[in-house]
Amino acid sequence: MRPLTDEETKTMFEKLSKYIGENIRLLIDRPDGTYCFRLHNDRVYYMSERILKLATNISRDKLVSVGTCFGKFTKTQKFRLHITALDFLAPYAKFKVWVKPGSEQSFLYGNHIMKSGLGRITENTAQYQGVVVYSMADVPLGFGVAAKTTQECRMVDPMSIVVFHQADIGEYIRSEDTLT
Amino acid sequence: MASCSIEDVLAKAERDEAEKLKGITVNKELDLEFDPGNLLAFDKNRLDTREFKDNKREDFLRSLARDNTQLLINEMWKLPTERVEEIIVAKLPDPTTPFPREKPAPKPKPPTKWEQFAKLKGIQKKKKTNLVWDDVHKEWRRRWGYKRAKDDTKEWLIEVPENADPSEDQFAKRNKAKKERVAKNEYNRLKNIARAQKINVPGMGLAPTPRQSKAELAQAVNVAKISTASVGKFQDNLPKEKTPKNTGKRRKFQPLIGDFGSEKQKQLELLKVMDSKKPRLDITKAVNKQMREEDRESAHKRKQGFGKKGRRGNMSGKGKGKGKCPSVDCCQIHKASLVKQSQYKYPTPMGRNIGHS
Repeated sequence: MRPLTDEETKTMFEKLSKYIGENIRLLIDRPDGTYCFRLHNDRVYYMSERILKLATNISRDKLVSVGTCFGKFTKTQKFRLHITALDFLAPYAKFKVWVKPGSEQSFLYGNHIMKSGLGRITENTAQYQGVVVYSMADVPLGFGVAAKTTQECRMVDPMSIVVFHQADIGEYIRSEDTLT
Repeated sequence: MASCSIEDVLAKAERDEAEKLKGITVNKELDLEFDPGNLLAFDKNRLDTREFKDNKREDFLRSLARDNTQLLINEMWKLPTERVEEIIVAKLPDPTTPFPREKPAPKPKPPTKWEQFAKLKGIQKKKKTNLVWDDVHKEWRRRWGYKRAKDDTKEWLIEVPENADPSEDQFAKRNKAKKERVAKNEYNRLKNIARAQKINVPGMGLAPTPRQSKAELAQAVNVAKISTASVGKFQDNLPKEKTPKNTGKRRKFQPLIGDFGSEKQKQLELLKVMDSKKPRLDITKAVNKQMREEDRESAHKRKQGFGKKGRRGNMSGKGKGKGKCPSVDCCQIHKASLVKQSQYKYPTPMGRNIGHS
């Protein structure tokens, strides 16, 4: 386990800011305790200082996971956000997409969202903007990337993709082994 | 009439002559200070600010420059002249005006090993005479160099010392010792330079010990291998020698439980820098916003137009459950929902509830 280097921090913040914008400072600077990011086996974990101190007692090869895993760095140092970060990112999301009950299951199986399944979308969504996907009951379902701007969404045909799937809570069952 | 014109012409010619003559003498209140060595003239006369403020500024400056140059050239004519290849040349005296430095002053060099030692011990430099009396040649000869006083290279007889090998070449031995002394001196000189310029030089592989350990020998081999022009890139390996793979700098990371406050500060700084790098006016967003406004207005008009006829068919194609209706109120609803979301509590580290209620 080690702290992130400057370049790694920069890459990660850039990815996070795509979803939550400048609310990252609320994750760094929290009133209810010191929380920090640490890297272990190429995965980034977000934990409180107390948990970190406890985790130092576990040897590196025996340590599986600490705190919440936000994502991992690939071999080429790109940051990939995991579904386990949803709890922390959903409250601060700037752009949201609501999905109709019919195509909720399709999204939870890992498919992209088509215009026919789109319930609502926040105004001013830019193209390729990171979005958080909600069900119509305001339950966060996962992450996505807007394939079209809000404007374009209105004008395209119902079978075109409007949100690319990035992560969904169905992954807790599908990729149970690889999630830490 | 002709005579009038001739008189005019003559008068004009006279005035021109007067002008030209006036040219050489210049009246100034204060005399100029000259530095002919630098071709420099100081004019400390007061400027007539009135002439400076008017539009005749350019003319005033031109006449001022002309006058001063004339005075400088008058001064130059007073210098001693000589003839160089049929051209009369004035010999300039030494310059008297001190100029500031062109380049920065040189930094003091760090003392060499000997200088440090001498300072420590308090050894003073003794001034030596240039010439030494040579008894052999019975004359004064220089201390070192060509035709020096005690030149042992010119000796034709060297006694073999008692404990030495009789078949050893003493002359060769003397030459070799000299060469080694020269090489050692050069090496020390280069080391002094390297220390002064703070260049890191790798140490010599082998220490002059009779028995080298395996590690020292291995180090010597490695240093010798990389002591080529390409830093050892094209050196073949010895049989059964493996190229070491861990060459290169080891990365250093921050300590695991460092100063949390400073870590937080650094991350916030990084965020600030990232924010500043982002352009404040996003062109695409601005264009999209403009397009949205136009769409909204056109939809408004159409709604009003169709509302009278009672046709709602076309309208539904636009706002098909998209959360965007032509009125502005929808955004307010969205804003309210966003505000509500932000009051979401932080999830506790325990309780990883997959199914939110």
